[in-house]
Amino acid sequence: MNELLLGLADDELVIGWRDSEWTGIAPVLEEDVAFSSIAQNEIGHARAVYQLLADDADVLAFDRSPEAYRCAPLVELRLLDWAHTIARRWLYEVADEIRITALMEDVPLAAKINREEAYHRMHAEMWHDRLRDEQRFREAVQELWPYALGVVESDQRAELSARVGLDEVAPVERGAHTDELAELWEEMTMVRRSAPAGAQW
Amino acid sequence: MTAEQVWAALDEIPDPEIPVISLVDLGIIRSVDVSNDHVQVELTPTFLGCPALETMVRAIEEKVPEARVEVVNDDSWSTDKITAAGREKLRAAGFAPPAPRLIQLQSQVHKCPYCGSTDTTLENLFGPTPCRSLRYCNGCRQPFEQFKTI
Repeated sequence: MNELLLGLADDELVIGWRDSEWTGIAPVLEEDVAFSSIAQNEIGHARAVYQLLADDADVLAFDRSPEAYRCAPLVELRLLDWAHTIARRWLYEVADEIRITALMEDVPLAAKINREEAYHRMHAEMWHDRLRDEQRFREAVQELWPYALGVVESDQRAELSARVGLDEVAPVERGAHTDELAELWEEMTMVRRSAPAGAQW
Repeated sequence: MTAEQVWAALDEIPDPEIPVISLVDLGIIRSVDVSNDHVQVELTPTFLGCPALETMVRAIEEKVPEARVEVVNDDSWSTDKITAAGREKLRAAGFAPPAPRLIQLQSQVHKCPYCGSTDTTLENLFGPTPCRSLRYCNGCRQPFEQFKTI
């Protein structure tokens, strides 16, 4: 169970970080606000789940080596193009709903997270409805599909496949990391690593 | 100090981001327990990423110095916990209050806090804080903020 929760928290932290990269540069102002707000929520979810696992969320968020993170490679990718960004958000939210609702019975916090995720899903679905027939978007979904399968547990993949409407393929599983995680980690932990011992925020 | 006095003191603390309502109006005070000289206050955050949480905890500790504040991250808060008085204060401040959850999820009707028209359209699901969406009223042609129902 703790391993599952750590995977969830690491996914939320890293995708929140990636979402925040659109702050100030999204294609339209509404998306600037949306991505910033979603990022804030996701990082808030990560913090709350880390607090279930340790006294100090920051220790889990920032003091591990990149190899020790349990996030799925889907959230690590740096996607500078909008089609891929929206494809990832949509795939992630569909996968995340399956994973979170499965946890709700045992983990009350998961039910709280789920209430907020409903708005992320609406946002992702609105974009999906708008772009589903565009070739660039469809190619981005295809390309990221093996990564999306790696977000959920193996017994949840048939459901994800039905929801997304694509056949199951070999997943890019959590455990191994892309080179992009180490790069993101350098940036994400920079302040923490450079702060003198005992610094208060 | 009695529990009633603690509740009254908490009702004087404004929400840091929406100061027209108090922490009690917002429904985030889960319990107040006074025994001997100890005051225990349990608080549930609204949205998990809300940066106002630390400010709220500090505000309670300043207002009721005897209090020990515990943050409980369970699923006990929803927008249904906002009190009737709190909803009216939100509306009067031009801030559309959340409808009761079940009604909202079925009706999908959003009412303008200024003129009461239900002819409103979504501008953005996300707004200046995690708890708000942006809508536009076609009746009185005013943009307004809608408290998300969660």
